[in-house]
Amino acid sequence: MENPKSTETSAAARRPEMRVRPMAPIVPQANVSGNALMLVIAIMAFLACLTYGAVSMVRATAASWQSQISREITIQIKPDETLDMEAALQDARDLALTFDGATNGQIVDRAATARLLEPWLGAGLDLDELPVPRLVIITIDEQNPPDFAAMRRALSEQIPQAFLDDHRTWVDRLVAMARTTAFIGTAVLVLVFSAMVLTVVFATRGALSGNRHIVEVLHFVGAEAGFVASEFQKHFLKISLKGSLAGGALAALCFAIAGFWQSRSLATPQSDQATALFGTFSIGFSGYLGIAITMIVIAMLTTLTARFTVMRTIYEIDLIRSDPARTDTIPDA
Amino acid sequence: MSTGLTHLIHFENVGLRYGMGPEVLRDLTFDIPRRSFQFLTGPSGAGKTTLLRLLFLSLQPTRGLIRSFDRDISAIPRDELPMLRRRIGIVFQDFRLLDHLTTYENVALPLRVRGKEEISYRADVLELLKWVGLGERINVLPPVLSGGEKQRAAIARALIDRPEILLADEPTGNVDPPMARRLLSLFLELNRLGTAVVIATHDLSLMDQVEARRMILSQGRLDIYD
Repeated sequence: MENPKSTETSAAARRPEMRVRPMAPIVPQANVSGNALMLVIAIMAFLACLTYGAVSMVRATAASWQSQISREITIQIKPDETLDMEAALQDARDLALTFDGATNGQIVDRAATARLLEPWLGAGLDLDELPVPRLVIITIDEQNPPDFAAMRRALSEQIPQAFLDDHRTWVDRLVAMARTTAFIGTAVLVLVFSAMVLTVVFATRGALSGNRHIVEVLHFVGAEAGFVASEFQKHFLKISLKGSLAGGALAALCFAIAGFWQSRSLATPQSDQATALFGTFSIGFSGYLGIAITMIVIAMLTTLTARFTVMRTIYEIDLIRSDPARTDTIPDA
Repeated sequence: MSTGLTHLIHFENVGLRYGMGPEVLRDLTFDIPRRSFQFLTGPSGAGKTTLLRLLFLSLQPTRGLIRSFDRDISAIPRDELPMLRRRIGIVFQDFRLLDHLTTYENVALPLRVRGKEEISYRADVLELLKWVGLGERINVLPPVLSGGEKQRAAIARALIDRPEILLADEPTGNVDPPMARRLLSLFLELNRLGTAVVIATHDLSLMDQVEARRMILSQGRLDIYD
């Protein structure tokens, strides 16, 4: 046809080599309206990844605070007229260091104590005029902490004015906060995933009813439900992969931009405030890995949901088709 | 495979009603023997299509016993029904071709559904398409085919996996008499090769061309003239 000079004989010679096109999909791409679904999955993936990133960020910040706090304990000695403060401080430090797990002890000297109190009491404070408690900071081995109860007992026996603060209250609060955040994050993820599964169920049922003629033909040529499901799930896998990739990438980009902004504006008041509130925005390799895993989970969840929905719907159609009592929906075959 | 069977399908006192309505099929007792050829006829609305659906295991009877390939269909798990249906070819009056697939792809569909590789069946499909006279129409989409061509494509699709029985619902309903004769000779040739054939039709002139068993449905009852 493209060459008008070609003779009929040469056309006939070519005819036996009649070629067939590559097999078209049984369910055409155009029959599964995927744009709206893809957008929904992208939004869900974005929210899920954002939640995951935020939770991992808060947990990392909380863990870092917790580690900083629990790395040290403080011995506070209240002044008493009968007490030689400097000797008591030395004794407390020496006593604490006799315990396994206490690695270092530092007495907060008079100048440092004055500096600590400066915001409240002003400069030029004479500590001798005020009954100001003094501190000994003991650095401990986090992995192998000393026996706090025994240390507390020994201190109170030797120096009744000493009080051991192992920061447990703060640590417990931080742990509780991290747990609550993780719980809220998990609940949000569960909600997002549930909404997504339901959306996919609706979309799959819609796609099936729009392609009912194909399902019927497949039934008549002896297709099993699993085969029909695989034909539909191919499309949903593509849609969900695209959607979750877009949503996840956007979430990762958000974290990357926030981290970049923070690193560019280090030591500015805005950045300091943000860091104090949220910690650092960097979610690290494990955070990005988590986002990638979330995207894969979303794609798998969508595909499996589509598969189960198709299988279930096909069983329903089979049941209705084969049951003569179901007059309301008698198929036209 | 029950190759030793003399009867492919056996009906015993089969009755069927839709919902709470009257019985559209009553006390049907008959066999479809292996390699047999029969017409199923009767006035419109007599239940020919319903009977074909029962034969195809697409519908459960309200009462009675149906044995297909020596198995009681009421005792067959739902998952196994597609395997039995694969031994039956069915042709519809409205063809049921998929418009987005070419003639070749439509005819190859049953083999694709069975998970076979295209390379293993391409030659068979092309040969069958030639046999039904569609050798030059393999890359054409159904909307472009004529009624007779669609009918032949639908028949080829039903035959591609060499079914033991072929059910055809008004296969000549949409074609002119010469094409009807061609299709009939196609069915006869198929029967000669060993496939049992059931043709549902109310075309008397078609039936008059062949000495064959006639199953006449009337008011839900079946009379058989061998």
